[in-house]
Amino acid sequence: MAKRSAPEVNAGSMADIAFLLLIFFLVTTTIETDRGISRKLPPIQDENVEPPVIKQKNIFTVIVNRNNDLLVEDELMQLKDLRKAAMDFLDNGAGTGDDACTYCQGAKDPTSSDNPEKAIISLVNDRKTEYRTYISVQNELVAAYNMLRNREARRMYGKDFTEMEGNLNDPNFKGNKAQLEERVNTIKEMYPQKLSEAEPKG
Amino acid sequence: MSKFKKKKGGELPAISTASLPDIVFMLLFFFMVATVMRQNTLMVQNKLPYADQVEKLDKKDLVMYIYAGKPSPRYQQSAGTEARIQLNDKFAKVSEVQQFIYAERESKREELVPYLTTALKVDVETNMGLVSDIKQELRKAEALKINYTTRTGEVSKN
Repeated sequence: MAKRSAPEVNAGSMADIAFLLLIFFLVTTTIETDRGISRKLPPIQDENVEPPVIKQKNIFTVIVNRNNDLLVEDELMQLKDLRKAAMDFLDNGAGTGDDACTYCQGAKDPTSSDNPEKAIISLVNDRKTEYRTYISVQNELVAAYNMLRNREARRMYGKDFTEMEGNLNDPNFKGNKAQLEERVNTIKEMYPQKLSEAEPKG
Repeated sequence: MSKFKKKKGGELPAISTASLPDIVFMLLFFFMVATVMRQNTLMVQNKLPYADQVEKLDKKDLVMYIYAGKPSPRYQQSAGTEARIQLNDKFAKVSEVQQFIYAERESKREELVPYLTTALKVDVETNMGLVSDIKQELRKAEALKINYTTRTGEVSKN
């Protein structure tokens, strides 16, 4: 009598099982990473420390009121004009002598900021301001800084600042990281992001 | 007595599906590796604002999420319609934010703590009062790196 061989396991349903698992993982997958505006909060300061004296012309006040209206330097402004206004202010460079700004291309208006290092943007919200307006304003102000930094980076190194910074934060970047970091820091010093936020009113 | 008889008919042979499981398994492994399970069930409405000056938020294990917004319709009975904060899987008061940050820090390896970022996922309709309160608590907890999570797009869409 012929020897009976062990029956083969039917693998026909393997595909079905695999499909089931596949669909489960397909549904639960979130591949895209979150993106957003990164900011750094100021540390809590001692009450006793005297705030430094800052000239009024070096402060660019942006106020968003409870009706989501934008007040820039006490004048009503549309959101789309904010980026240009902020750039004009930061890039003004009216200073002379020690305060002179060699790379600024602004109007050198004596009533506006001395140089980008002294220029401070002050943002004041109301407690009733909507978050969407706040983010829009933040975005425009960050954009103003980024555009000026990009301009200088392209002039000095032939590359966009945002691209350089992206490469710096990329762990897989192949290239001279030390040099890149130095360049990024140089640009950051030329246009330091001095964006101060007051506690909201109201 | 033809030895080389033609095989019968010109009909097409069936396509072999023997390699189908292999293909499916390959896909399966890809998605298994790429999957990040959603950690929190959203209990608040969370329509994020648009912005275009955005940075990527890599390394999901180094991010602490704080959600804020109006409670979703199914929770409005119990939680009301005022904007609330959500930490992990429950609604929280502003005063609980600090505790949450400390707990998150505790669960991470010590050398990674300085790289922790707080992602604020706030609904567009929230008032800045609540957001400022959260920010104030974060400053007290010394969690200074924050990221306003947004969708990528023109600001005019807001």
